[in-house]
Amino acid sequence: MDRLKKGEVNLGTSIMAVTFKDGVILGADSRTTTGAFIANRVTDKLTRVHDTIWCCRSGSAADTQAVADIVQYQLGFFAMTRGKPPTTQTAASIFQEICYSNKDRLSAGLIIAGWDERHGGQVYSIPLGGSLHKQPYAIGGSGSTYIYGFCDSNWKEGMEEADAVAFVKEALKEAIKWDGSSGGVIRMVVLTAKGADRHLYLPDTDYKVRHAV
Amino acid sequence: MPGFDFSNYNRNAALHARGVPLPKATSTGTTIVGCIYDGGVVIAADTRATSGPIVADKNCEKLHYISPNIWCAGAGTAADTEFTTALISSQLELHSLSTGRKPRVVTCMTLLKQHLFRYQGYIGAYLVVAGVDPTGTHLFTVHAHGSTDKLPYVTMGSGSLAAMSVFETQWRPNLTQEDAVKLCSDAILSGIFNDLGSGSNVDVAIITKEKTTLKRNYIKPNERTQKLKSYKFARGTTNVLNEKIIHKADLGNFVTVEEISVTGPGDKMEVDA
Repeated sequence: MDRLKKGEVNLGTSIMAVTFKDGVILGADSRTTTGAFIANRVTDKLTRVHDTIWCCRSGSAADTQAVADIVQYQLGFFAMTRGKPPTTQTAASIFQEICYSNKDRLSAGLIIAGWDERHGGQVYSIPLGGSLHKQPYAIGGSGSTYIYGFCDSNWKEGMEEADAVAFVKEALKEAIKWDGSSGGVIRMVVLTAKGADRHLYLPDTDYKVRHAV
Repeated sequence: MPGFDFSNYNRNAALHARGVPLPKATSTGTTIVGCIYDGGVVIAADTRATSGPIVADKNCEKLHYISPNIWCAGAGTAADTEFTTALISSQLELHSLSTGRKPRVVTCMTLLKQHLFRYQGYIGAYLVVAGVDPTGTHLFTVHAHGSTDKLPYVTMGSGSLAAMSVFETQWRPNLTQEDAVKLCSDAILSGIFNDLGSGSNVDVAIITKEKTTLKRNYIKPNERTQKLKSYKFARGTTNVLNEKIIHKADLGNFVTVEEISVTGPGDKMEVDA
Protein backbone atom coordinates (compact mmCIF):
# COMPACT_ATOMS: atom_id res chain seq x y z
CA MET A 1 0.00 0.00 0.00
CA ASP A 2 1.17 3.50 -0.75
CA ARG A 3 1.95 5.51 2.30
CA LEU A 4 0.72 8.75 0.74
CA LYS A 5 -2.48 9.25 -1.21
CA LYS A 6 -2.21 10.18 -4.88
CA GLY A 7 -1.18 13.77 -5.39
CA GLU A 8 -0.78 14.38 -1.69
CA VAL A 9 1.69 16.98 -0.47
CA ASN A 10 4.67 15.26 1.07
CA LEU A 11 7.23 16.47 3.57
CA GLY A 12 10.21 14.42 2.25
CA THR A 13 12.14 15.73 5.11
CA SER A 14 15.12 16.06 7.37
CA ILE A 15 14.11 16.93 10.92
CA MET A 16 15.78 16.67 14.32
CA ALA A 17 15.65 17.86 17.90
CA VAL A 18 18.42 17.76 20.51
CA THR A 19 18.62 18.52 24.21
CA PHE A 20 21.50 20.69 25.44
CA LYS A 21 22.59 22.34 28.71
CA ASP A 22 19.91 25.07 28.89
CA GLY A 23 17.08 23.51 26.90
CA VAL A 24 16.39 22.02 23.52
CA ILE A 25 16.92 22.84 19.81
CA LEU A 26 14.65 21.83 16.95
CA GLY A 27 15.94 21.82 13.39
CA ALA A 28 14.52 21.16 9.92
CA ASP A 29 15.08 21.64 6.21
CA SER A 30 12.42 23.53 4.23
CA ARG A 31 11.42 21.39 1.24
CA THR A 32 7.85 20.20 0.52
CA THR A 33 7.16 18.15 -2.58
CA THR A 34 4.25 16.88 -4.66
CA GLY A 35 5.83 14.09 -6.67
CA ALA A 36 8.83 15.63 -8.40
CA PHE A 37 7.63 19.22 -7.94
CA ILE A 38 8.82 21.37 -5.06
CA ALA A 39 5.56 22.87 -3.81
CA ASN A 40 7.33 25.11 -1.28
CA ARG A 41 11.08 25.70 -0.94
CA VAL A 42 10.91 27.77 2.26
CA THR A 43 8.46 25.68 4.32
CA ASP A 44 8.33 26.03 8.08
CA LYS A 45 8.23 22.46 9.44
CA LEU A 46 8.84 23.65 13.01
CA THR A 47 5.40 24.27 14.45
CA ARG A 48 4.47 25.93 17.74
CA VAL A 49 1.93 24.08 19.87
CA HIS A 50 2.65 26.14 23.00
CA ASP A 51 5.05 28.98 23.96
CA THR A 52 8.00 26.64 24.64
CA ILE A 53 6.67 23.36 23.22
CA TRP A 54 7.21 22.88 19.50
CA CYS A 55 7.14 19.98 17.05
CA CYS A 56 8.99 18.91 13.90
CA ARG A 57 6.66 17.53 11.21
CA SER A 58 7.39 14.79 8.63
CA GLY A 59 5.16 12.68 6.38
CA SER A 60 1.93 14.09 4.95
CA ALA A 61 1.72 17.90 5.22
CA ALA A 62 -2.08 17.81 5.56
CA ASP A 63 -2.06 15.16 8.31
CA THR A 64 0.72 16.72 10.41
CA GLN A 65 -0.81 20.21 10.13
CA ALA A 66 -4.20 18.87 11.20
CA VAL A 67 -2.69 17.02 14.18
CA ALA A 68 -0.58 20.01 15.25
CA ASP A 69 -3.60 22.33 15.00
CA ILE A 70 -5.63 20.04 17.28
CA VAL A 71 -2.79 19.78 19.84
CA GLN A 72 -2.24 23.55 19.76
CA TYR A 73 -5.92 24.03 20.56
CA GLN A 74 -5.85 21.41 23.36
CA LEU A 75 -2.73 22.88 24.99
CA GLY A 76 -4.14 26.40 24.78
CA PHE A 77 -7.29 25.18 26.50
CA PHE A 78 -5.21 23.21 29.05
CA ALA A 79 -3.15 26.32 29.93
CA MET A 80 -6.27 28.48 30.35
CA THR A 81 -8.18 26.03 32.57
CA ARG A 82 -5.20 24.99 34.69
CA GLY A 83 -3.71 28.49 34.83
CA LYS A 84 -0.18 27.22 34.13
CA PRO A 85 1.73 26.11 31.05
CA PRO A 86 1.62 22.40 30.12
CA THR A 87 4.68 20.15 30.34
CA THR A 88 6.37 18.70 27.27
CA GLN A 89 5.28 15.23 28.40
CA THR A 90 1.62 16.33 28.42
CA ALA A 91 1.97 17.66 24.88
CA ALA A 92 3.69 14.48 23.72
CA SER A 93 0.90 12.36 25.29
CA ILE A 94 -1.80 14.31 23.43
CA PHE A 95 0.14 13.87 20.20
CA GLN A 96 0.51 10.14 20.86
CA GLU A 97 -3.20 9.70 21.60
CA ILE A 98 -4.12 11.24 18.23
CA CYS A 99 -1.39 9.43 16.26
CA TYR A 100 -2.10 6.02 17.79
CA SER A 101 -5.90 6.06 17.65
CA ASN A 102 -5.82 7.21 14.01
CA LYS A 103 -2.78 5.16 12.99
CA ASP A 104 -4.59 3.56 10.00
CA ARG A 105 -5.49 6.96 8.55
CA LEU A 106 -2.41 9.07 9.31
CA SER A 107 1.04 9.28 7.83
CA ALA A 108 2.72 11.49 10.40
CA GLY A 109 6.22 11.20 11.84
CA LEU A 110 6.60 13.74 14.61
CA ILE A 111 9.29 14.93 16.98
CA ILE A 112 8.04 16.91 19.97
CA ALA A 113 10.53 19.06 21.85
CA GLY A 114 9.94 21.52 24.62
CA TRP A 115 11.19 23.32 27.66
CA ASP A 116 9.22 23.42 30.90
CA GLU A 117 9.90 24.68 34.42
CA ARG A 118 9.85 21.18 35.97
CA HIS A 119 11.93 19.09 33.55
CA GLY A 120 13.92 21.60 31.47
CA GLY A 121 14.52 20.58 27.87
CA GLN A 122 13.03 17.29 26.64
CA VAL A 123 12.69 15.49 23.32
CA TYR A 124 10.00 12.93 22.40
CA SER A 125 9.62 11.15 19.09
CA ILE A 126 6.41 9.63 17.67
CA PRO A 127 7.09 7.47 14.61
CA LEU A 128 4.45 6.10 12.19
CA GLY A 129 2.74 3.50 14.43
CA GLY A 130 2.01 5.99 17.20
CA SER A 131 4.53 4.85 19.80
CA LEU A 132 6.17 7.42 22.08
CA HIS A 133 9.89 7.51 22.82
CA LYS A 134 11.68 9.89 25.18
CA GLN A 135 15.17 10.46 23.84
CA PRO A 136 18.19 12.71 24.50
CA TYR A 137 18.01 13.63 20.81
CA ALA A 138 15.86 12.47 17.87
CA ILE A 139 16.18 12.53 14.09
CA GLY A 140 13.45 11.86 11.54
CA GLY A 141 12.25 12.07 7.96
CA SER A 142 13.71 10.58 4.77
CA GLY A 143 16.98 12.50 5.19
CA SER A 144 17.63 11.16 8.68
CA THR A 145 18.93 7.82 7.35
CA TYR A 146 22.05 9.58 6.09
CA ILE A 147 22.99 11.12 9.45
CA TYR A 148 22.57 8.25 11.97
CA GLY A 149 26.36 7.70 11.97
CA PHE A 150 27.15 11.42 12.18
CA CYS A 151 24.78 12.02 15.08
CA ASP A 152 25.85 8.90 16.96
CA SER A 153 29.52 9.88 16.90
CA ASN A 154 29.15 13.67 17.36
CA TRP A 155 26.34 14.13 19.88
CA LYS A 156 27.41 14.89 23.46
CA GLU A 157 25.41 15.16 26.66
CA GLY A 158 24.97 18.72 28.02
CA MET A 159 26.40 20.76 25.14
CA GLU A 160 26.67 24.57 25.20
CA GLU A 161 24.06 26.35 23.05
CA ALA A 162 26.54 27.37 20.34
CA ASP A 163 27.89 23.81 20.08
CA ALA A 164 24.38 22.33 19.91
CA VAL A 165 23.39 24.80 17.15
CA ALA A 166 26.56 23.86 15.23
CA PHE A 167 25.81 20.14 15.71
CA VAL A 168 22.22 20.47 14.38
CA LYS A 169 23.40 22.60 11.48
CA GLU A 170 26.15 20.20 10.41
CA ALA A 171 23.83 17.19 10.68
CA LEU A 172 21.10 18.87 8.56
CA LYS A 173 23.71 20.04 6.03
CA GLU A 174 24.69 16.41 5.47
CA ALA A 175 21.05 15.25 5.32
CA ILE A 176 20.24 17.95 2.72
CA LYS A 177 23.38 17.07 0.75
CA TRP A 178 22.56 13.36 0.44
CA ASP A 179 18.75 13.28 0.47
CA GLY A 180 17.05 14.46 -2.72
CA SER A 181 13.74 15.05 -0.94
CA SER A 182 15.36 17.47 1.52
CA GLY A 183 16.69 20.92 0.73
CA GLY A 184 16.26 24.68 0.87
CA VAL A 185 17.03 26.61 4.03
CA ILE A 186 17.81 25.32 7.52
CA ARG A 187 15.39 26.46 10.19
CA MET A 188 15.96 26.10 13.94
CA VAL A 189 14.14 26.97 17.13
CA VAL A 190 16.02 27.23 20.44
CA LEU A 191 13.79 26.62 23.47
CA THR A 192 15.12 27.71 26.88
CA ALA A 193 13.93 29.45 30.05
CA LYS A 194 14.11 32.67 28.01
CA GLY A 195 11.49 31.39 25.53
CA ALA A 196 11.69 30.55 21.83
CA ASP A 197 14.45 31.88 19.59
CA ARG A 198 14.30 31.34 15.81
CA HIS A 199 17.33 30.75 13.60
CA LEU A 200 17.51 30.85 9.80
CA TYR A 201 20.43 29.74 7.62
CA LEU A 202 20.43 30.12 3.82
CA PRO A 203 22.21 27.96 1.24
CA ASP A 204 23.37 31.19 -0.52
CA THR A 205 25.90 31.69 2.28
CA ASP A 206 26.57 27.94 2.64
CA TYR A 207 24.44 27.96 5.83
CA LYS A 208 27.18 29.99 7.60
CA VAL A 209 25.43 33.29 8.34
CA ARG A 210 22.47 33.53 10.70
CA HIS A 211 19.75 35.57 8.99
CA ALA A 212 16.90 37.53 10.54
CA VAL A 213 13.59 35.64 10.40
CA MET B 1 -25.46 18.40 8.46
CA PRO B 2 -24.16 20.66 5.70
CA GLY B 3 -21.85 19.11 3.16
CA PHE B 4 -21.78 17.00 0.08
CA ASP B 5 -24.02 14.16 -1.10
CA PHE B 6 -21.93 11.16 -2.08
CA SER B 7 -24.78 8.84 -3.16
CA ASN B 8 -23.88 9.28 -6.83
CA TYR B 9 -20.41 8.00 -5.99
CA ASN B 10 -21.85 4.60 -5.03
CA ARG B 11 -24.05 4.58 -8.11
CA ASN B 12 -21.07 5.34 -10.36
CA ALA B 13 -18.95 2.68 -8.64
CA ALA B 14 -21.73 0.09 -9.15
CA LEU B 15 -22.10 1.07 -12.81
CA HIS B 16 -18.35 0.98 -13.25
CA ALA B 17 -18.27 -2.58 -11.88
CA ARG B 18 -20.66 -3.53 -14.69
CA GLY B 19 -18.39 -2.06 -17.33
CA VAL B 20 -19.82 1.45 -17.69
CA PRO B 21 -17.03 4.03 -17.85
CA LEU B 22 -17.03 6.49 -14.92
CA PRO B 23 -18.27 10.01 -15.75
CA LYS B 24 -15.52 12.52 -16.30
CA ALA B 25 -15.62 15.64 -14.14
CA THR B 26 -14.81 18.95 -15.75
CA SER B 27 -11.41 19.77 -14.39
CA THR B 28 -9.77 23.14 -14.55
CA GLY B 29 -6.37 22.03 -15.88
CA THR B 30 -5.27 25.41 -14.84
CA THR B 31 -2.77 28.11 -14.16
CA ILE B 32 -3.52 30.21 -11.07
CA VAL B 33 -1.15 32.55 -9.26
CA GLY B 34 -1.01 35.10 -6.47
CA CYS B 35 1.49 37.72 -5.37
CA ILE B 36 1.73 40.12 -2.43
CA TYR B 37 2.90 43.69 -3.04
CA ASP B 38 3.26 46.80 -0.87
CA GLY B 39 -0.34 47.73 -0.11
CA GLY B 40 -2.27 44.68 -1.23
CA VAL B 41 -2.36 41.38 -3.06
CA VAL B 42 -3.01 40.32 -6.66
CA ILE B 43 -4.40 36.98 -7.85
CA ALA B 44 -4.80 35.85 -11.45
CA ALA B 45 -6.06 32.88 -13.45
CA ASP B 46 -6.42 31.59 -17.00
CA THR B 47 -9.93 30.84 -18.35
CA ARG B 48 -9.75 27.36 -19.88
CA ALA B 49 -11.84 24.49 -18.51
CA THR B 50 -11.11 21.00 -19.81
CA SER B 51 -12.80 17.61 -19.78
CA GLY B 52 -10.08 15.13 -20.68
CA PRO B 53 -8.63 16.36 -24.00
CA ILE B 54 -11.68 18.53 -24.76
CA VAL B 55 -11.83 22.27 -23.99
CA ALA B 56 -15.17 22.38 -22.12
CA ASP B 57 -15.25 26.19 -21.71
CA LYS B 58 -13.04 28.74 -23.44
CA ASN B 59 -13.83 31.58 -21.07
CA CYS B 60 -14.71 30.23 -17.60
CA GLU B 61 -14.27 32.10 -14.29
CA LYS B 62 -11.72 30.72 -11.85
CA LEU B 63 -11.61 33.73 -9.54
CA HIS B 64 -14.17 33.11 -6.80
CA TYR B 65 -15.73 35.59 -4.39
CA ILE B 66 -15.41 34.79 -0.67
CA SER B 67 -16.09 38.19 0.89
CA PRO B 68 -15.58 41.75 -0.37
CA ASN B 69 -11.95 41.69 0.83
CA ILE B 70 -11.15 37.98 0.27
CA TRP B 71 -10.99 36.20 -3.09
CA CYS B 72 -9.99 32.71 -4.17
CA ALA B 73 -8.42 31.30 -7.33
CA GLY B 74 -9.37 27.67 -7.92
CA ALA B 75 -7.71 24.74 -9.69
CA GLY B 76 -8.65 21.05 -9.82
CA THR B 77 -12.23 19.84 -10.17
CA ALA B 78 -14.34 22.81 -11.35
CA ALA B 79 -17.48 21.82 -9.43
CA ASP B 80 -15.52 21.30 -6.20
CA THR B 81 -13.75 24.68 -6.34
CA GLU B 82 -17.08 26.35 -7.13
CA PHE B 83 -19.02 24.74 -4.28
CA THR B 84 -16.35 24.77 -1.56
CA THR B 85 -15.68 28.47 -2.08
CA ALA B 86 -19.44 29.17 -2.07
CA LEU B 87 -19.89 27.12 1.12
CA ILE B 88 -17.05 28.82 2.99
CA SER B 89 -18.16 32.23 1.67
CA SER B 90 -21.57 31.61 3.21
CA GLN B 91 -20.12 30.46 6.54
CA LEU B 92 -17.82 33.51 6.68
CA GLU B 93 -20.69 35.89 5.94
CA LEU B 94 -22.74 34.43 8.83
CA HIS B 95 -19.69 34.47 11.11
CA SER B 96 -19.01 38.09 10.18
CA LEU B 97 -22.66 39.03 10.83
CA SER B 98 -22.70 37.36 14.27
CA THR B 99 -19.36 38.77 15.44
CA GLY B 100 -19.82 42.17 13.83
CA ARG B 101 -16.27 42.02 12.50
CA LYS B 102 -14.79 41.90 9.02
CA PRO B 103 -13.85 38.35 7.96
CA ARG B 104 -10.15 37.43 8.20
CA VAL B 105 -8.11 35.59 5.60
CA VAL B 106 -6.74 33.10 8.19
CA THR B 107 -10.31 32.27 9.22
CA CYS B 108 -11.18 31.56 5.60
CA MET B 109 -8.03 29.46 5.15
CA THR B 110 -8.71 27.47 8.35
CA LEU B 111 -12.34 26.77 7.39
CA LEU B 112 -11.20 25.62 3.95
CA LYS B 113 -8.41 23.37 5.21
CA GLN B 114 -10.59 21.75 7.89
CA HIS B 115 -13.37 21.12 5.37
CA LEU B 116 -10.98 19.66 2.78
CA PHE B 117 -9.09 17.57 5.36
CA ARG B 118 -12.39 16.05 6.50
CA TYR B 119 -12.98 14.82 2.93
CA GLN B 120 -9.46 13.34 2.69
CA GLY B 121 -8.72 14.75 -0.78
CA TYR B 122 -11.95 13.48 -2.40
CA ILE B 123 -13.00 17.09 -2.84
CA GLY B 124 -10.53 18.03 -5.56
CA ALA B 125 -10.20 21.72 -4.74
CA TYR B 126 -6.76 23.35 -5.02
CA LEU B 127 -7.02 26.98 -3.99
CA VAL B 128 -5.07 30.19 -3.76
CA VAL B 129 -6.60 32.28 -0.98
CA ALA B 130 -5.82 36.00 -0.95
CA GLY B 131 -7.14 39.00 0.90
CA VAL B 132 -6.69 42.07 3.05
CA ASP B 133 -8.16 42.21 6.56
CA PRO B 134 -7.66 44.37 9.69
CA THR B 135 -4.53 42.29 10.52
CA GLY B 136 -2.88 42.89 7.15
CA THR B 137 -2.37 41.41 3.69
CA HIS B 138 -2.34 37.61 3.35
CA LEU B 139 -1.73 34.99 0.67
CA PHE B 140 -2.15 31.22 1.12
CA THR B 141 -2.36 28.03 -0.91
CA VAL B 142 -4.70 25.24 0.19
CA HIS B 143 -4.28 21.74 -1.26
CA ALA B 144 -7.14 19.24 -1.67
CA HIS B 145 -5.86 17.06 1.21
CA GLY B 146 -5.95 20.01 3.60
CA SER B 147 -2.37 21.23 3.78
CA THR B 148 -1.66 24.95 3.58
CA ASP B 149 1.32 27.19 2.80
CA LYS B 150 1.97 30.88 3.38
CA LEU B 151 4.25 32.54 0.83
CA PRO B 152 4.85 35.97 -0.80
CA TYR B 153 4.13 34.53 -4.27
CA VAL B 154 2.36 31.29 -5.20
CA THR B 155 1.30 29.22 -8.22
CA MET B 156 -1.01 26.21 -8.56
CA GLY B 157 -2.53 23.94 -11.19
CA SER B 158 -1.01 22.15 -14.18
CA GLY B 159 0.58 25.40 -15.33
CA SER B 160 2.18 26.07 -11.95
CA LEU B 161 5.65 25.07 -13.17
CA ALA B 162 5.55 27.51 -16.09
CA ALA B 163 4.14 30.26 -13.86
CA MET B 164 6.61 29.63 -11.03
CA SER B 165 9.54 29.93 -13.46
CA VAL B 166 8.34 33.48 -14.20
CA PHE B 167 8.07 34.33 -10.49
CA GLU B 168 11.45 32.79 -9.66
CA THR B 169 13.20 34.84 -12.37
CA GLN B 170 11.28 38.14 -12.15
CA TRP B 171 10.04 38.52 -8.55
CA ARG B 172 11.71 41.02 -6.22
CA PRO B 173 10.75 42.52 -2.86
CA ASN B 174 8.74 45.77 -2.56
CA LEU B 175 6.74 45.57 -5.80
CA THR B 176 4.29 48.32 -6.78
CA GLN B 177 0.69 47.43 -7.71
CA GLU B 178 1.48 47.82 -11.43
CA ASP B 179 4.56 45.55 -11.04
CA ALA B 180 2.54 42.89 -9.24
CA VAL B 181 -0.26 42.89 -11.84
CA LYS B 182 2.31 42.67 -14.65
CA LEU B 183 4.16 39.83 -12.88
CA CYS B 184 0.98 37.85 -12.21
CA SER B 185 -0.41 38.29 -15.73
CA ASP B 186 2.98 37.34 -17.23
CA ALA B 187 2.97 34.19 -15.09
CA ILE B 188 -0.54 33.29 -16.33
CA LEU B 189 0.47 34.01 -19.96
CA SER B 190 3.37 31.62 -19.46
CA GLY B 191 0.87 28.99 -18.37
CA ILE B 192 -1.50 29.76 -21.26
CA PHE B 193 1.24 29.38 -23.88
CA ASN B 194 3.34 26.57 -22.38
CA ASP B 195 0.80 24.35 -20.62
CA LEU B 196 -1.75 22.31 -22.60
CA GLY B 197 -4.23 22.35 -19.69
CA SER B 198 -4.30 26.17 -19.62
CA GLY B 199 -5.38 28.65 -22.25
CA SER B 200 -7.56 31.52 -23.49
CA ASN B 201 -7.62 34.71 -21.38
CA VAL B 202 -6.17 36.23 -18.21
CA ASP B 203 -8.43 37.21 -15.28
CA VAL B 204 -6.95 39.42 -12.54
CA ALA B 205 -8.19 40.53 -9.12
CA ILE B 206 -6.48 43.30 -7.17
CA ILE B 207 -7.28 43.45 -3.46
CA THR B 208 -6.33 46.48 -1.36
CA LYS B 209 -7.41 47.79 2.04
CA GLU B 210 -9.84 50.15 0.29
CA LYS B 211 -11.41 47.97 -2.42
CA THR B 212 -11.23 44.95 -4.68
CA THR B 213 -10.96 45.37 -8.43
CA LEU B 214 -11.84 42.39 -10.61
CA LYS B 215 -10.42 42.66 -14.09
CA ARG B 216 -12.27 40.04 -16.11
CA ASN B 217 -10.40 39.18 -19.34
CA TYR B 218 -7.58 41.61 -18.46
CA ILE B 219 -5.58 40.19 -21.38
CA LYS B 220 -7.10 38.37 -24.39
CA PRO B 221 -4.18 36.88 -26.27
CA ASN B 222 -6.26 34.30 -28.14
CA GLU B 223 -9.00 36.29 -29.89
CA ARG B 224 -10.78 34.62 -32.79
CA THR B 225 -10.38 36.82 -35.87
CA GLN B 226 -12.37 36.98 -39.10
CA LYS B 227 -11.39 34.20 -41.54
CA LEU B 228 -9.30 35.58 -44.37
CA LYS B 229 -11.35 33.60 -46.89
CA SER B 230 -14.94 32.39 -47.13
CA TYR B 231 -15.23 28.61 -47.11
CA LYS B 232 -18.87 28.54 -48.29
CA PHE B 233 -19.48 26.45 -51.42
CA ALA B 234 -20.98 28.46 -54.24
CA ARG B 235 -24.47 27.43 -55.40
CA GLY B 236 -24.17 24.86 -58.20
CA THR B 237 -20.78 23.48 -57.06
CA THR B 238 -22.36 20.02 -57.12
CA ASN B 239 -24.20 19.51 -60.39
CA VAL B 240 -27.78 18.17 -60.33
CA LEU B 241 -28.18 14.88 -62.21
CA ASN B 242 -31.98 14.62 -62.06
CA GLU B 243 -34.91 16.27 -60.32
CA LYS B 244 -38.33 14.96 -59.18
CA ILE B 245 -40.88 17.05 -57.32
CA ILE B 246 -43.59 15.39 -55.13
CA HIS B 247 -46.49 17.57 -53.99
CA LYS B 248 -47.99 17.16 -50.52
CA ALA B 249 -51.36 16.16 -51.96
CA ASP B 250 -49.81 13.17 -53.75
CA LEU B 251 -47.97 11.95 -50.62
CA GLY B 252 -50.55 9.12 -50.17
CA ASN B 253 -49.21 7.45 -53.34
CA PHE B 254 -45.87 6.85 -51.74
CA VAL B 255 -46.53 6.32 -47.98
CA THR B 256 -49.50 5.13 -45.90
CA VAL B 257 -50.94 8.04 -43.93
CA GLU B 258 -52.92 6.94 -40.86
CA GLU B 259 -54.75 9.18 -38.42
CA ILE B 260 -54.23 8.25 -34.72
CA SER B 261 -56.82 9.26 -32.19
CA VAL B 262 -55.65 11.12 -29.05
CA THR B 263 -57.24 8.48 -26.82
CA GLY B 264 -55.48 5.49 -28.31
CA PRO B 265 -55.07 2.07 -26.76
CA GLY B 266 -53.52 1.85 -23.24
CA ASP B 267 -54.02 4.01 -20.17
CA LYS B 268 -54.04 7.75 -20.28
CA MET B 269 -51.18 9.40 -18.50
CA GLU B 270 -52.08 10.65 -15.03
CA VAL B 271 -51.27 14.31 -14.87
CA ASP B 272 -52.42 15.15 -11.38
CA ALA B 273 -53.35 12.00 -9.54
